[in-house]
Amino acid sequence: MASPGTKSASLPAAPPALRWLLALTLLLQIGWQAGHRPAPPHAEDLPPPPALATLQLASLDEPLALSRLAMLYVQGFDEQAGLSIAWRQMDYGRLRAWLARALELDPRSQYPLLAASEVYGAVNDPARVRLMLDFVYARFAEDPNRRWPWLAHAALVAKHRLHDLPLARTYARALRLQAGAPEVPPWARELEAFILEDMNEREAARVLIGGLIQSGQITDPHELAFLARRLEALGAPPAQPPREP
Amino acid sequence: MMSPSPPGVALAIARHTALEAWRNRLLWLLLLAAAGAVALGAFLDQLALTESRQLQAAVLAALLRLAAVFLIAAFVVTSMLREAADKGLELLLALPVPRYVYLLGKLAGFAALAVLPAALFGALALLLAPAAQALLWSASLLCELWIVAAFSLLCAVSLRQALPALAAAGAFYLLARLIALLQLLGQGPGATRGPSQRLFNLLLDGIALLLPHLESFTRTEWLLYQTGSAAALVPIVAQTAIFVSLMAVAALFDLYRKNL
Repeated sequence: MASPGTKSASLPAAPPALRWLLALTLLLQIGWQAGHRPAPPHAEDLPPPPALATLQLASLDEPLALSRLAMLYVQGFDEQAGLSIAWRQMDYGRLRAWLARALELDPRSQYPLLAASEVYGAVNDPARVRLMLDFVYARFAEDPNRRWPWLAHAALVAKHRLHDLPLARTYARALRLQAGAPEVPPWARELEAFILEDMNEREAARVLIGGLIQSGQITDPHELAFLARRLEALGAPPAQPPREP
Repeated sequence: MMSPSPPGVALAIARHTALEAWRNRLLWLLLLAAAGAVALGAFLDQLALTESRQLQAAVLAALLRLAAVFLIAAFVVTSMLREAADKGLELLLALPVPRYVYLLGKLAGFAALAVLPAALFGALALLLAPAAQALLWSASLLCELWIVAAFSLLCAVSLRQALPALAAAGAFYLLARLIALLQLLGQGPGATRGPSQRLFNLLLDGIALLLPHLESFTRTEWLLYQTGSAAALVPIVAQTAIFVSLMAVAALFDLYRKNL
């Protein structure tokens, strides 16, 4: 490297042989690359994720950045070197392990749960869908008030796509019991009641809706009126809303 | 003719150090690093399914932090060693200037230079996070850079060779960032409980006492989740003051022992 204040030697001052040599080596490089045919693309399996400790060390204490880069890495396995890999061909066991690792690196990130619930859970294979929904359910309890949207989505997938109402109810019940923060919308807590209706468990639905109204968890007057109408439709006398303190 | 006062000489040395950084195109390198990080962040932003802004902020913060540390450490080491090779140090010390004035002048120059990446990268962080969090991140980065500059200065004075000094600065930085995690892993449930592990843990605990714990500095989560507060800056500033003083004294100790 030239020291400050001095100029590096200009090309015309270099010996002519050196200029020819420079051109020759440049041509050689271009020729080598032009003649080099890349190997035909082939799909690779998603490898198992490294241990959490290894990832934490590799992140140089930047787990938040690595969590998101890990998600992009996993996403990259859908589209590899010009090949589009169907989700049905992916190893969902490993995929789940990668999503878990990304979530462990940044537990506040919503990315792995969104990917499990809305992206990889959209696969046309019930066994794989169940694996993703189970992942969402398993990690929901760690931070219910932040992760409720993904379990709500999982409940809807279980109900409408898997047609597994008991599974949908399990998820909806967890939502009602654990996601109690004010920012969680009432409909998420009411999901269980509607699933019970679909299961023809009208009595249970009546009790649940009545309980929701009585509990004071629902404060919006429109929401209360809607639930009261549902309760009436289920054939029960309208429940009294909780009294103002 | 009156000889200049020690603070005046130190200030002149600091100014000369800053001028050298300008001639070495440090500002251009910092701008290039910022542009590269922004471009990569924007590219990744296109790929993300969700949390694209957080992804951009996390990658940008991690890259800029590393780039700033690398450029400052490399500049400190090469600047000190170039001066030694040009006999500039011998010339300076032949003047009636105490050695501590020279060293403190250099340290002040490097500390002033560190403001440049901290302010530039802090301004970029402002695009991705609330002003208070970006300011906190930037102030913490400045402290981190001062620590790295002080350690690199000690390495350059003591080792007098570019490669070992840069390697030592790099190893120090890695260890300071990871020491808490290494301690955690050593004592975690997965660790073995044999005598060699106990010895290793003891060694780690000893090293941890000597190092600044940089894992609590310049947290990316401040930009992503706005978890930082002004109170977080107090231990950072205190640790910086202690460690920079320690490094300055150690470098002075070595400088006074040298026969030039």
